[in-house]
Amino acid sequence: MQVTSVVRDPLVTGGKTVKDVSHDISRQVEAKPTTSWWIAMAVSLTLFAYGFYCLCSVLWNGIGVWGLNKTVGWAWDITNFVWWVGIGHAGTLISAILLLFRQKWRMSINRAAEAMTIFAVICAATFPLVHMGRLWLGFYWALPLPNAFGSLWANFNSPLLWDVFAISTYFTVSLVFWYIGLIPDFATIRDRAVVQGNKIRAAVYNAMSFGWQGGAKTWMRYESVALVLAGLSTPLVLSVHTIVSMDFATSVIPGWHTTIFPPYFVAGAIFSGFAMVLTLLIITRKVFKLEDYITIYHIELMNIIIITTGSVVGIAYITELFISWYSGVEYEGYAFFNRVSGPFAWSYWSMMTCNVISPQLFWIKKIRTSIAATFVLSIIVNIGMWFERFVIIVTSLHRDYIPSSWTSFHPTMYDIGEYIFTFGLFFTAFFLFAKFFPVINMAEVKSIVRSDSEKLNHHDEAGKH
Amino acid sequence: MDADKNFLVGVFDDEEAVLSGIRKVRESGVKIHEVYSPFPVHGIDDALGLKRTRLPIAAFMFGLTGTSLALTMQIWMLGFDWPMIIGGKNFVSLPPFIPVTFELTVLLSALGMVGTFMIVSGLKPYSWPRTFDLRSTDDKHVMAIDLAINSSKAKADISKLLRDAGASEVNEKNFE
Repeated sequence: MQVTSVVRDPLVTGGKTVKDVSHDISRQVEAKPTTSWWIAMAVSLTLFAYGFYCLCSVLWNGIGVWGLNKTVGWAWDITNFVWWVGIGHAGTLISAILLLFRQKWRMSINRAAEAMTIFAVICAATFPLVHMGRLWLGFYWALPLPNAFGSLWANFNSPLLWDVFAISTYFTVSLVFWYIGLIPDFATIRDRAVVQGNKIRAAVYNAMSFGWQGGAKTWMRYESVALVLAGLSTPLVLSVHTIVSMDFATSVIPGWHTTIFPPYFVAGAIFSGFAMVLTLLIITRKVFKLEDYITIYHIELMNIIIITTGSVVGIAYITELFISWYSGVEYEGYAFFNRVSGPFAWSYWSMMTCNVISPQLFWIKKIRTSIAATFVLSIIVNIGMWFERFVIIVTSLHRDYIPSSWTSFHPTMYDIGEYIFTFGLFFTAFFLFAKFFPVINMAEVKSIVRSDSEKLNHHDEAGKH
Repeated sequence: MDADKNFLVGVFDDEEAVLSGIRKVRESGVKIHEVYSPFPVHGIDDALGLKRTRLPIAAFMFGLTGTSLALTMQIWMLGFDWPMIIGGKNFVSLPPFIPVTFELTVLLSALGMVGTFMIVSGLKPYSWPRTFDLRSTDDKHVMAIDLAINSSKAKADISKLLRDAGASEVNEKNFE
């Protein structure tokens, strides 16, 4: 009993029926992997292998092999950490916040976006873990266990410890939310496997579906769980990047000691996350022929979110500059003067171009409904967002209070290698997901497909008369 | 005849059919065992007369546990067990404890609610469900009627009732 506005475009095109949805989405799980999938896997595994070698060198020799020095004690590691965590935010925004706002267009993109969240958070977590140096001892340092089994506890006043709790809670809750959504779809694949006589697949997907049957009572509880999880994830996702921004904002470093950091970081996170969702989904819809489920309309709506958050980020950049002058604080003023005109000015202006100017192109309808333009701009936005974190971190650190400790920062192959490692990890995980898991939430899409196709058929008939 | 063994299974093609079907079957006094759907059908809980789930209450209680656990932990560790001077601040002050308290509230609430959902719905990775009709996870809505519970009515009558209620087919399903 769906009420759909006649004014709105249909969310699923091609007059799909409920049966078509099961078939179209389950098909790629059941079919043998394609050549393009193997090629994509080979490329990401190569990146993974090279990155893993660099990672092992870092663990073996210590983080001295990174390009850090006494003045710039944080650089690529924390830049990449914040970048990956930010990317993850779009998945939760799509699945939780859009669920609370009853935005039905989320239904065909939330599965892949949530998968992206989970893999992005795993990638992000590798950086602080490795930065601890002896990460096998990290448990004693990061968790509230008595230090070295003495009696000293972790410092709950430290935003770095808040991060441990925020990231691990975010990861756990996102994983659970994602998995709950997968259960009914695994059951669909299981029952199809029973019909097809594939016993192994039926057993595996039955275990993954926890013996799901889809009784009315279970569905009622399931919807209640989804709603409460969405309600919990919404403040959670906002809290995660707020706490990440506090890693900087609670310090007294000029350029970091800023009260606008929490909303500015959250907007930036959603901005970069949607860009990454677009990059991934444009490829996924093409490879798996899902053009009827992930339509131009979905892409356009996501581009509108990119304009909005991109503009928020732009205003934040300008506010920062204004306040550094208006505050009259010499150090703050110099930190920003150095950002826009110092040795790292190139990265500042790359950030400005990619994040503030490029998304404004989406005001033009032709650009925001063009797949090629969206794909290119989504990558540009993510490059820009990487530069944003690099600018905030390195330009605030490299000119310390005493000019004798002014330095620069150059990444070594190990800084770059670990970044490549996370790319390998991310894409390997994403391609495995895309092959073995249903990439679109079948159960949810089925609930909107009927009313949509009826409306479509109705329009067709009206057209004939 | 034992209960929970012999069923009549009505197959409905779409959600409107199953919703009106449920009402007709219940009006005639036949008890429905369960209705299986491939996606959540809105209004099916009202039609079946199901009580609202109390899972949100469970979530709230788990969340409350998380809040008190986190506050107790932080206040005891930094305030009583081993007080440390950090930046000359108070040993126990609430603002820096809020982030961890919030995160643990969310964590326990979410995990607790999902765990409760799994247990009350009997979802376990090692059990095969009894399947009434394999299409109930694809595109059909399946209504199961326990014959033993409705033994006052003849099987043929229930079968006819299901057809009249809009079922596109009616099958018999017996479990050992």
